[in-house]
This record gives sequence, C-alpha cells and structure tokens, in this order.
Amino acid sequence: MEQQRTVSGSSQSPRSPPSQPYLSVSVTDPVKLGNGVQAYISYRVITKTNLPEYQGTEKIVIRRYSDFVWLRDRLFDKYKGIFIPPLPEKSAVEKFRFSAEFIEMRRQALDVFINRIASHCELQQSDDLRTFLQADEETMERLRSQETGIFKRKPADFLQIIKDVQTKMSDVVLGKEKPVEESNAEHEKLKHYIFELENHVAEAQKHAYRLVKRHREYGESLSDLGRAFKLLGACEVNALGKAFSELGTKSEAISTKLQKEAHHLLLNFEEPLKDYVRAVQSIKATIAERANAFRQHCELAETIKLKEINLDKLMLTRSDKVGEAELEYKELKAASEEATRRYETIVRRMNEEFLRFQEEKTNDMGIAFHEFAKGQARLANGFADAWRSLVPKLDAYSSVSQ
Amino acid sequence: MMKYENQDDGDAGLHESQDEMESLPLDEPSVVSGGATPTPGREPTGRTTFYTYLITMRTNIQGFGGSEFIVRRRFRDVVALSERLSETHRGFFVPVRPDKSVVESQMMQSEQFVEQRRAQVEKYLNKLAAHPVIRRSEELRAFLITRGRVLQLPKSVDVSPKQPSVVAAEGRTGGDLMRMFKELRQSVVNDWGRVKPLVVEEDKEFLERKEWLLEFEQQLSNLSQQAEALVKAQQDIGETMGELGLAFVKLTKFETDEAVFNSQRVRAADMKNVATAAVKSGRLYRELNSQTVKHLDKLHDYLGVMLAANTAFSDRSSALLTVQTLSTELTSLKSRIEKLEAASSKIFGGDRSRMRKIEELKETVRLTEDAKSSAVREYEGIKEHNRSELERLDKERHDDFMCMLRAFVLNQAGYAEKMANVWEKLTEETGEYAREGKSVNF
Repeated sequence: MEQQRTVSGSSQSPRSPPSQPYLSVSVTDPVKLGNGVQAYISYRVITKTNLPEYQGTEKIVIRRYSDFVWLRDRLFDKYKGIFIPPLPEKSAVEKFRFSAEFIEMRRQALDVFINRIASHCELQQSDDLRTFLQADEETMERLRSQETGIFKRKPADFLQIIKDVQTKMSDVVLGKEKPVEESNAEHEKLKHYIFELENHVAEAQKHAYRLVKRHREYGESLSDLGRAFKLLGACEVNALGKAFSELGTKSEAISTKLQKEAHHLLLNFEEPLKDYVRAVQSIKATIAERANAFRQHCELAETIKLKEINLDKLMLTRSDKVGEAELEYKELKAASEEATRRYETIVRRMNEEFLRFQEEKTNDMGIAFHEFAKGQARLANGFADAWRSLVPKLDAYSSVSQ
Repeated sequence: MMKYENQDDGDAGLHESQDEMESLPLDEPSVVSGGATPTPGREPTGRTTFYTYLITMRTNIQGFGGSEFIVRRRFRDVVALSERLSETHRGFFVPVRPDKSVVESQMMQSEQFVEQRRAQVEKYLNKLAAHPVIRRSEELRAFLITRGRVLQLPKSVDVSPKQPSVVAAEGRTGGDLMRMFKELRQSVVNDWGRVKPLVVEEDKEFLERKEWLLEFEQQLSNLSQQAEALVKAQQDIGETMGELGLAFVKLTKFETDEAVFNSQRVRAADMKNVATAAVKSGRLYRELNSQTVKHLDKLHDYLGVMLAANTAFSDRSSALLTVQTLSTELTSLKSRIEKLEAASSKIFGGDRSRMRKIEELKETVRLTEDAKSSAVREYEGIKEHNRSELERLDKERHDDFMCMLRAFVLNQAGYAEKMANVWEKLTEETGEYAREGKSVNF
C-alpha cells in the first residue's frame, strides 16, 4: 500500500525519476507453532520501503501476537494523545481451537493494525516501529520479555517517579484526596460522545455477529431440507420423484452459497464493526491518559507554588538550606514545565486525532457497508438464479402424465 | 351452476374441482350460556358456558336443495360427526378431525384458543367436503343443514376390535404434529403387532402398497420436520436483519445529533442507507416466511392423510379378522355337527338329545353363515374403498405436490429478486468507497 510523506504542494522535478517515499507492510502466512497450551501462531511481516531510516528495500521478519502487543504498548506510552490503532483481542479460549477462520481474522486485523501505524504521519517515524519491522527474532524476544515492569527504567522517567512520590506526599500534606478534573466543555462533550458511541457501535456489532450465525443456520437448514427432499424423491417413482430430487440438489447448492456469504460477512462487515468498537476503547484509554497528564500538571503547579513560598521564606531568613531548596525548586520547575508540555501535547494531538478518527471511520465503515451490500446482493441474485432455473424443469415434469 | 366439462372420469356429475361446497364460519363465534347440562360435581343449577360456531355452507350441488345453509354447531358436534363418519365409511381415508386437547388451550388466552379452533374446524369441514364420497354422505349433510341441535344418530353395531382413536391437531405447529404422529404411529404399529398372527393378508399387492406407504410416511415426516426448521431459520435471519437495521437507525440519529465534523454527517447518511436496506430486507424475510408456511402446509395435510390411510388399512385388517374368525367358527361348528351326527347314527332310532343339539347347531351355522356373508361383503367393500382411495391418493398427491413445489420455488425466487434489488441499491449508494480505493485493506 502506498504511503505519502507530506510534501507541501511541491511538484516533482521533471529531470529525476519520481521516487515518492513509501512504506508498505503486510502480515502474511500464519503458521501454527508449538503444542497444547503453549501453541501460538507466527506471521511473516514483509516491509517494502525506500525510506533511508530502513535497512534496504525489503525486509522479512517473523513475528507473533505478543510482539504486536509490545509495539502497541510502546507506542501508547510514547505517543500520548494519539489514538493508537487497536489490536484484536488476546483470546485464550479460541487459541485452542485455532480455526482457519480465527487465524484469518487475526492475520487480517494485525495487517490492518501495522498499516495504520505505517500510514500515520507521527507514528510512522517511531523507533519502535522500525525495531518491530526489522529486528531479528532473538532481539525481538528479548525486548518482548522485558515488558514485565510497569515502569520503564529510562533516565527521563526517573523524574516521573520522583514526581509521583512527591505529589502523593503533597496530597497527604494538603489533605487533597479528590482527583482534579478538567473543566473543558469541549472535552466533556467528547468524553460523553465516546462513551455513548461505544454502546451504539457495540450493539450494531452484536447484531452483525448474530447475522453471521443466522446465515450459517439458514444454510444448514437448507442443506438438511435438500437431503429430505431427495429422500422423499427416492420414494416416488415418477416425474414427481425427479422433481423432488432436483429441488433437493438445488437446496444443497444454495446452502453452500449461504456458508460462503457467512464467511464473507464475518470478515468484511462484522470485523470492521468489531474494530470500530476497539478503536473507541483505545480512545477511552487515551482520555484516561489525558486525565492523568492533567492531574500531574495541576498537582505540580500547586507544589511549585508551595515551594516558591518556602524558598522565599528561606531566603529571607538566609538559611543555609537555601541552596538545596533552590536546586529542588529548579528541578520541580523543570518537571512542572514538562508536565504542562505533556498535557498540552496530548490536547493538541487529540484535537487532530479526533478529526482523523472520524474521517478514518467514515471511510472504513463506508467500505464495510459496500462489502455488506455487495455480498447480500450476490447472495440474493444467486438464490434467484438457482430457484428460477428450476421452474422450467418443474413445468416439464408436471406436464408429463403420471 | 354446475359445470359438466370434465365428465370423463365417469362420475355422476360431481366432479371435485368444479363443485363448490365450502364451509365458511363467520367471524364471531358466540358464547352461549347453556343451563341444560350441569357439569358433574358442580351445583345442579350451575351454568356452563361453551362456544358455538357459525357454519355457512355454500354449494351448487343440486342434491342439497339450496345454495346456502347456515347452522350453529359446537365442537362436541364436530367430534360426534367425526366418530360417526369413521364408523360408516370404513376403508376410506376419512380426514382426521381437530384435536380435543385441553392442555395447550389452557395456556392460551381463550380468544386465541377459540380462533385457532375455529380455523381448525373450518379446515376440517372443507376437507370433508372435498372428499368425493364423504361429501355425499348423509352424516355430513345433516351436520351442515339440519337446523337446531344435531340429533344423536344411533350408533351402528360394532363387531370389530376397538380402533386406536384417531385424532390430529391440524393448524398446530408442525412440531406438536410430529410428536403426535410419532406417538400415534407407535400405537398403531403396536396394535397391528397384536393383530398380526391372526390376520392372514394374502393380497401381495396390498402388502407392497402398505409397506411403501409406511416408507413414504417416514420420509414425509422427515421432510416436514426440515421444513419447520427452514421456517425457523428464515424467521431468525429476518429478525436479526431487522434488529441490525434498528441498531443503525439509532447510530444514525446519534451521529447526526452529535456531529462536529462533516465526516460524521457523511457517515450518518451512509448508516441511514444501511438501516433502510436492512429493515426492508427483514420485512421481506417475514413475508417470504409466511408464504413458505402456507406452501409447506401441504406436507402437514398429507401427514393427516397418512393417518387416515392407517385407519383405513386397520379397518380392512379388522374386517378380514372378522371374516376369518367367523370362518373358523363355521368350520368348528360344522365339525361338531359331523361328530354328533356320526355318534348319533350309531344309535338305533336316534338320540333325542343329540338330535336337538344338532338342530341347535345347524341353526347357529345358518346364523353364522349369514353373519359371515355380511362380513365378507363388508370386507370386500372395504377392500374396494382402500383401492379407490389409494388410486385417488396417487393422483391427488402428484398434483398437490407438484403444485406445492412450484409455488415454493416461485415464492423463493420472487423474494430473492426483491432482496437483490434492495441490496443492489445499497451497493450503488456506497459505490464511492469502492472507487476511491482502500487506504487500509480489510
């Protein structure tokens, strides 16, 4: 798939052959490995690119579901405010069965996931993405198994720990137990919208899933009916017997169409709706992150004020603790600015992301609706053709005298 | 006005498809309070309520002496009619009457129950009217014409062993019907198991037909079950389609109300189209299904015919049993007479008591021979009825089923075409998403 880097309006130079930057990824060839409880599926991830940051034009690596989870978690942590594309659920139960359908659904979902990242203007520049697409399997395994702690031990985040500890202390000192919340009307509206949207989309998805099942049941009943027609036809000796047999055969043929359509419906209509639900849930997680960031920003701002007052006091009394307090104050100021910056980044990103999300969903749903319509039309036409083709035969049989 | 065009079957002018003899109960069965028959256990002055049904019969058969007759009957009268007909029309495939069952009726509202019963009675009476022999019967005539209470007709002397009671629940769901038929078939088979060693049926052709009929009944019953499953599946998919449509209606309203971006409005419009298509499709499935039920009802009708055939065959068996029993009787009587005559001839001058005994026995033989003659006549009659009914079954079955299959197929094709239109419209409405190409491939 094609991916365009934003080139503001400039046209290509006519002299050099146009070499648009592209990054194209595909998830293919699922293979079941391992046995019993430890069984898992591995996928081939093929990257084709001409971007300089990548080694070579084509790279193939082997990845498993937990590698994708690692990537998602890293991106979620580093790109707060961005609606990270959702992953298919980690179903422990279906794993045992590993039906072909389940494997295909998962492969498809993972392919969509990685492509969404690769086509997102900020996310596509992530180091972690590059690692995911290029690192060898051993490195990947090592990285994956490091993801056990909640906090990643990076120098910048040490400050985070301190901040958290300090804010907890200040909470106790100040007697403030209640979490601080934004009073942004637009954001409130968004939150309300997202929470309600989840309910609505989930309901649509539920019915879509049921519809798939109904197709299968309808198909089965037609198949059974066909067989019953044929058995009764075998009882009859004359033209009526032949009529029953033909009807039976036709019923069975139509039943196959229904099973095929059920599969198509699952992958092209129900899954996109499921994906929509997941996306909304991912936004909810981002909303929570924003709330956290806001809280930290507020609390640090509060703490700073107190420290300022304290520092002034110390300076007045020419205490020898001034130096230490000044240093502490400087660190806290930096942390506070950092927290504010983080919060503001999230707000900015969310605004952009919300627009992108709505456009993406309109497109995704449009495609899903189109596939739904095509599939149902195909099915209905198949039915009509099959049944219609029987009519002249039945007419012929009924005109044959017994 | 009778049409005599199709007289080639040699029938005396009563051709089934031309004559009209319909029973049409009017809409309102009325409740009549009758104090005449107090229910046992209640006070003597207790009033019992029961329903009567208005039965309108229209005919152009001249023998009835009129073209329209209206009477009121209660279900009890229908039961009596049915019993009488089985007695007087042995060997014929007498249509089975609606069930008496009270159990299920107690679970329904009485309105619902009465309406269901009315429909069942109507169907039953029309079946009787469609039977070439029964439609001309005195019993049916009396039932349909006689004003006031139908008099209790004297029962004929019943020499045959008790028949298993033959009832069916027409117009019920096929599932109940299946269960009843299974039970009935069991009981019928069991009865025949008892009778078998005594009756020697020698008519090979008849035996073959009977066996074929059993196989046919099994397959028909199986088909009926699968037809029921199909109806349920069609109902379910229609329901789910409708629910999906409603979910999208809600989503449409939601996005429209909360829209901030234009993309949301576009999506709302798309979802509205999907909702419309899904709701339409759901409705079409419902319509398709109600037609399917009507067509496949033929199968249930023929299961009823199978029951009637079973009864007709057991009429034959019991008639044959009667003949054979009487034959055996005669043989033993005659041999006793022989023995007595032989013994008595050895005594000179005769043996008064023995002579008297011989006279008595000879009288018994005469009576038994008469009985046997009429039993043989009865048996031959039943045999002929069986044969003509089987012939009628073959022809009618062929026509009915061909009709049914054609109607079923045309119905399916018609609705499939309607549904295709609905979805093709949606395909067009969402066409831009296909042309634009996908940014993310699903």
